[in-house]
Amino acid sequence: MLEWIRQLGRGGFEFFEKLGRGNLFLLKTLVGMPAVLARPHLLIVQLLSVGVLSFLIIAVSGLFVGMVLALQGYNTLVDFGAEESLGVVVSLSIVRELGPVVTALLFAGRAGSALTAEIGLMKATEQLSGMEMMAVDPIHRVIAPRFLAGFLAMPLLAAIFSAVGIYGGFFVGVGLLGVDDGAFWSQMQDKVDLYEDVLNGVIKSLVFGFVCAWIAVFEGYDATPTSEGVSRATTRTVVHSALAVLGLDFVLTALMFGDN
Amino acid sequence: MADAKTKSDVLVSIRGLCFARGERMIFDGVDMDIPRGKVTTIMGPSGTGKTTLLRLIGGQLQPHAGSVQVDGLEVPRLRRSELYELRQRMGMLFQSGALLTDLNVFENVAFPLREHTDLPESMIRDLVLMKLQAVGLRGARALMPSELSGGMARRVALARAIALDPMMIMYDEPFTGQDPISMGALVQLIRLLNDALGLTSVIVSHDVKEAAAISDYVYLISEGKVMGHGTPEQLRGTDSEWVKQFMQGLPDGPVPFHYPAPPYVDDLLELPAAAPGEAHA
Repeated sequence: MLEWIRQLGRGGFEFFEKLGRGNLFLLKTLVGMPAVLARPHLLIVQLLSVGVLSFLIIAVSGLFVGMVLALQGYNTLVDFGAEESLGVVVSLSIVRELGPVVTALLFAGRAGSALTAEIGLMKATEQLSGMEMMAVDPIHRVIAPRFLAGFLAMPLLAAIFSAVGIYGGFFVGVGLLGVDDGAFWSQMQDKVDLYEDVLNGVIKSLVFGFVCAWIAVFEGYDATPTSEGVSRATTRTVVHSALAVLGLDFVLTALMFGDN
Repeated sequence: MADAKTKSDVLVSIRGLCFARGERMIFDGVDMDIPRGKVTTIMGPSGTGKTTLLRLIGGQLQPHAGSVQVDGLEVPRLRRSELYELRQRMGMLFQSGALLTDLNVFENVAFPLREHTDLPESMIRDLVLMKLQAVGLRGARALMPSELSGGMARRVALARAIALDPMMIMYDEPFTGQDPISMGALVQLIRLLNDALGLTSVIVSHDVKEAAAISDYVYLISEGKVMGHGTPEQLRGTDSEWVKQFMQGLPDGPVPFHYPAPPYVDDLLELPAAAPGEAHA
């Protein structure tokens, strides 16, 4: 029993210690931002690997999510003779929820894990130490551009996911199931609010981008510099990002739409 | 002040250095003077904290007590910006080379120049080619680090370490895992660069033969203490049994071949004294 309490205490202590380290690390990264903005090519290279190269998986996933939503939504709506509202159902689900959340989950799996592994391996092969000894701060040179790229790429990817998803819904709903073309778009136009729905979705994806990029770069930088350590850090990035995204999504949804 | 510094013959001065990792004491009151313009080797058995010593000199680790002075500056007390300024005058060669894997050989050597100077591209090119020529790898400039052998990677890292014309270079186990040819090339390069560029070289190694061949001065450390120091000749003629054992690579001596254990016969006969707990006690 005593041992159990001791372990709990130690675990709690380690958790808060890591949280503290993570926050200090974030602070240092944010301090490094002006250095990144002064050298935009560092950011562009990272935007390519974190953002552009994630495009395919995000677009394909968006397409299929939209198509499935249309199929499922149609089956329910048709019972009530409301199949013309399919556009609203698909677009609201995607713009408000699935766009930001699924993009963040995919982003953590595709780009976050890659960031952690890359930084962790740079640490394990003494590249970060080597930079420090060359009087180059690795947080400014390596971490800050990757963090900023992740933060900026996420809302853009989420927007692409949403747009492609809505088209997926359109192909299935209008093309396959015969929902009226005009009704699909006009109801969507009527019911989806720019501020209430679209902007809140963008805010969500900004928050998720910030958190996922932070977790990914921190886990890489904090990884034990061995192959096992890097592999564990990569796993932690995906697991912690997914939990953080889902938890934050609930909180944000409650704040944004809870009083409706 | 500047005059006093340049006149000093000692570039790195370590006094009463103590450093511990957890419960384990790595250094316990180490005193060391690294002379300017010479090749000094720090030798010792594996795991004695030789690399840690380089990190303490480079300010990547903080000592728990004692002083580490480089060129008259107290490294542990420097502010971050001062430390980074000092590091621009120090090169360090890591055991793995620590080349940036996403940049080719040319860009790796150009890295410190691009980070710390505003030189025009043509001058950076000339400087990089000069440094690569010095290590014999001008023709390998377009290769990626993954295409280099271990010895070549270390030579590229050496070219990078001298890119900013530092006052000293620290070598972390430069001879480990090298074939005879690249070993010979490295040994010669370290000595040549030291003398041609007027550097101060600090080598951490346990390869007695190679290190002694190019060193002006040698420190032997073990169990957190300096066990002996002097020129390679002085150390070879020493009376200290420990130094003799280390320099000649004898399997038995003050450092016993056998890990502490109960008597062999008792152990074979499984007498009670052979219980493992007691053996280690």
